[in-house]
This record gives sequence, C-alpha cells and structure tokens, in this order.
Amino acid sequence: MPNQNRPRRVARPPAAVARKALPKAPTGITGFDDITGGGLPRGRPTLVAGGPGCGKTLFGLEFLMNGAVEFNEPGVFVSFEETAADLELNVRSLGYDLARLVKNKRIVVEYVRVERSEIEETGEYDLEALFIRLDDALKSVKGKRIVLDTIESLFGGLADTGVLRAELRRLFGWLKDRGITAVITGEKGEKTLTRQGLEEYVSDCVISLDHRVIDQISTRRLRVVKYRGSSHGTNEYPFLIDRDGIAVVPITSLQLQHVASSEHVSTGLPWLDEMFDQRGYFRGSSVLLSGSAGTGKTSVAGHFLDAACRNGQRALCFSFEESPSQYARNMASIGVNLTRWIQKGLLRVHAARPTLYGLEAHLATMHRDIDEFKPSVAVVDPLSSFGGGSLAEIHATLIRLIDYLKTLQITTVFTHLIPGTNTAAGIEEGVEVGVSSLMDTWILLRNTLGANGIRHLVIVKSRGMSHSADERPFTITSAGLTVARGSRAVPARSALRRADA
Amino acid sequence: MPKTQPRRSRKRKEWILRLYIAGRSPRAEAALRNLEAICEEHLSGCYEIEVIDLLKHPQLARGDQIVAVPTLVRRLPQPIKRIIGDLSNADRVLIGLDLRPRTPAARMTA
Repeated sequence: MPNQNRPRRVARPPAAVARKALPKAPTGITGFDDITGGGLPRGRPTLVAGGPGCGKTLFGLEFLMNGAVEFNEPGVFVSFEETAADLELNVRSLGYDLARLVKNKRIVVEYVRVERSEIEETGEYDLEALFIRLDDALKSVKGKRIVLDTIESLFGGLADTGVLRAELRRLFGWLKDRGITAVITGEKGEKTLTRQGLEEYVSDCVISLDHRVIDQISTRRLRVVKYRGSSHGTNEYPFLIDRDGIAVVPITSLQLQHVASSEHVSTGLPWLDEMFDQRGYFRGSSVLLSGSAGTGKTSVAGHFLDAACRNGQRALCFSFEESPSQYARNMASIGVNLTRWIQKGLLRVHAARPTLYGLEAHLATMHRDIDEFKPSVAVVDPLSSFGGGSLAEIHATLIRLIDYLKTLQITTVFTHLIPGTNTAAGIEEGVEVGVSSLMDTWILLRNTLGANGIRHLVIVKSRGMSHSADERPFTITSAGLTVARGSRAVPARSALRRADA
Repeated sequence: MPKTQPRRSRKRKEWILRLYIAGRSPRAEAALRNLEAICEEHLSGCYEIEVIDLLKHPQLARGDQIVAVPTLVRRLPQPIKRIIGDLSNADRVLIGLDLRPRTPAARMTA
C-alpha cells in the first residue's frame, strides 16, 4: 500500500547520509565523547553553562589541550578571568603542561581584561579589536579550536549591551565561517541557562554542568541540553574532577551486550563451590552477598579474593570500611593470608571512606582503578556504602558499575549490609535498593542467635545454573569458614519461612 | 613601525595619548578629529597622540587590553585610562581623562 510506504521512506534516511551530516570534534574527555557520539559539533560553537566552580574552565581547557596533544588541532584559549600564569598553575596539578604547549605554539592563551572602572564610553564603537586579536591568535598557531571563558565578562566591562549582543552574534557567525570548533562558557543565571542568555546565540550544542552538595557530599553532573542534528544521551551524567581531569560516567554505554561466560570461578570455599553446581560462580557474573552485621560477608569475599590470587589472577578489592592493612590483618585472623598477594602485586586493596566522595566520584575512581589494575575478580565491600544519593541514583550508579564489570568479564562479589536483625523486614530493607535484581547470584547470610557462632548461608538465586537449595550452616574459625560439624543442611524454603516468623 | 607619530609641539609632553582604530573608517576619523579638537582646547602644547591601526599591527591590541575600537588610552599621566567610542561627547572625554571632576550631573548628561 502506498500510504504505508511513504512515511517509512521519510523516517529512514540512508544511514550513510545521516552519519556524514554532522562531523564531530573529539574532546578527549573521558566518557564525554561516548555520550555525544564523538564529541562536539565540528566547526561550530558549543555553549557550556554552569555555576561557579562547576568545571566549565577545566572542560574548555581539556578540550583545547587534548585537541592540541591528541588530535593535532591547535587552539586558542581566550580567558576573560584568569591570566595565562594562573591557568598554567591550575592545570599543572592535572598533569598538563600548558606552558610547554604554549611554547611549542600548540596553544595560545589570550588574556582579555575588561575593567569597567577603567573605561569611559562615549559615542559609537564596536568590538573589531577583539576580532582582530582572536584572528591574530588563531593564525599564530593555525588554530582549529577556541575557548571563550567566559565571554559574559564583557557585559560586566562594557555598558552598551545593544552593541555587545550584536557583536556576539557577529562573533559566533565569524567563528562558524572560519570552521573553528568553539567552546563558549557561560555563568548560570537565576532562571536562565546563562546570565546573559548566551543560549540565544549558540544553537548547535548546549551542555549544562552542575555542582550540588547533598548530605555534605558534592556531586557533579553533566547534561547535554541540546545537540542539533545529533542523537545524544539526555540523562544527567555524574562526572568527576580528579587528578586526571574530568571523567564523565558512564565510561561505557549502557548496553546489554556483554558475553555470558559459561566458565566458572571458584568461590574460594570448596563447600560453597559445591553448592554452585560443584564449580563456583560464573565468570563475569555479579554476586550479591547480603546479611546483617557479623554474618561473615567480608570473610566469604576474602576467600574469593584469595582463591583468585592462588590461581595467579589479579584481584581488586574496594574496601570502604577498612584500611588495606586492617583488611589484611582481619583476613589473616581467619587463616586467609592476603598480605602475600598484595606484596606479589596480585591483590590491590583500594580503601576509601565512602563519605569522602559522592556517588559519582566513587564510581569514577573505581573505574580508573579497574582500568589501571585490570583485575579478573573484584570485591566491593560493602555495597551499602553507596550512600549520599537517592535510591534511583544508587540504582543507576550500580547498573553502570555492574555493566562495566560485566563488559570486562570481571567476576565481582558485592557485600551488602542488611540493617537490623534477621527479620523478614531486614531482608526487605536489604532489597529496597533493588540491587538483587541486578545481580546474577544472590547469597544470603544469617546469624543464628545462641547457636555457638553458627551462621547460615543460602543461595537465594543463581541465574543460569542449578544450585543448592539448602541452607548451609557454617562457622568462622581461625582456619577459615568451615561447614559446621554435626549440623545438617536445612532445605532453604523452610529456613526462609523461619526467618519470616 | 609608525607606532609613534608626534603631532604637536616639541615641549615636554605631559600627556601621551594613544588612539586605537581598525582601519581608517569614518568612525575612526571622527574619533581622531574629536580628540584633536579636545586636546587643542584643553592640553595645547603638552600632549602627544599616537594613532595605532590594529589592522596593520594586530599584536599591539594585547598590550593595552583593547577590545573595542575606537579606544583612546591615556598612557601618561598615570594611571592608565581608557575611553571607548568615537569621542563625540567632549564632556565625557574630559571626565575620562580626569580633566574634569566626575560629578553626578556630568554623568547624567553624558
């Protein structure tokens, strides 16, 4: 039927044409090029808006310096606020040698200072001198990129806003004509995206940066407000500024494309391996170990790390409650010698107080550690430390982390503290974050009151394998976790029912 | 480099003024005419005007932090003062050069 054919033709332009339509200039900023499908619109201006201290200047600098170093696109940094010396100092801590790039004629820093108290205005004028300066600077390095940080300062220095607005419009057109990829930063306004409404002039791409403090934890977020002619993620992406500059999370895109392995990884406990179809966890799977305080979560995870190292594999442990030495000491007390693996370089314990960072910082530092260390297995102890955000945020952060680990085929054990006692309500609370649905395997640990330190372990679920349905009693001894002698495995269903009661 | 163009008397110059322009536009010519008239009237014999065309010497815009044209810069006496525009309002120019006290009334009429 012709009626059906027509819209289809309109809706699907040839893919090659669509892709060719918008060339992009990579920023080299970790994660950012992923969410924008390749970077900023090439040859066009992009507005980066945000409040003070949200990372606008750094975004611009990274875009410029990466351009000069990685993509052979020299550029000009027009600073309306900081002198070249200040800028150099600020980026030196991030490992960039701006001074050298300037010396090698890869970057020019043009410091434009407009101080109203020094300026009297009378009669007509235009900003041709600024154009001349930019042109001269661009020519001197054969610039392909420019950053204007922040051009709104002109409004503070010059009184005739009519002239300014006309000249800004002319400036952005002028840059487009020259095919310069530009980043224009703008200070956040009270109700508008930028104080001077720069978004009116820059219509191709608008990025908003945000810096909030929730529960005394700072959280940075980035959002692509608009990207004409390009698909882009519309979420607010958490980002981090650390020693390596800006990193936007997710570093990988959210796709369920990881390979499902049928290989197994030992849990480190023969009796637990046996419960998992005699062999252990699936490689690359995510395992949730939940239980209330003192049920042996960390110990079960420690055995897992130890087993991986015994097999010559690298293991990474994120310890959010104990320092590396404390962690190793405590594991030694149950007969698990982790110190030797640390010394051999097979085990790395990344310890940090969870409250030190916001969620996104947590995640981004973890990403960096994973990238650096390239572990085969990982432990996150405990998952409950992912505080400081709403449940939805925690959920989103976890999805990203799990997705990333799976893509890399890293088998990961997450411990999760269930607050309170072993009541059904406790279990409910533990699941409230919705983490269990993200996990392939869920192990529940329980204390038995007045039973001589006997704990119970039950596999609640384990995707894609037949597993034991028993509740296994065990004790924690100086020789590790052992199946409690004299006690019999109890079918799990009745065990859970008992927990209900 | 025709950076300095002595225009007037050889007496000791207490006033050194620079006018930045971008090409000999009507606005630039007007600014220069206005400036000369003001100087003749108020600073006769003790001033010097340099005209700098940024189209010819773009790199000179940096030193005096020029963004707009025309811009008049008072190099001497210190401190440096900048007046932008075609200098069509003589009162405003005199205030900008500190030749006339800055009064609220003067601001209003400007």
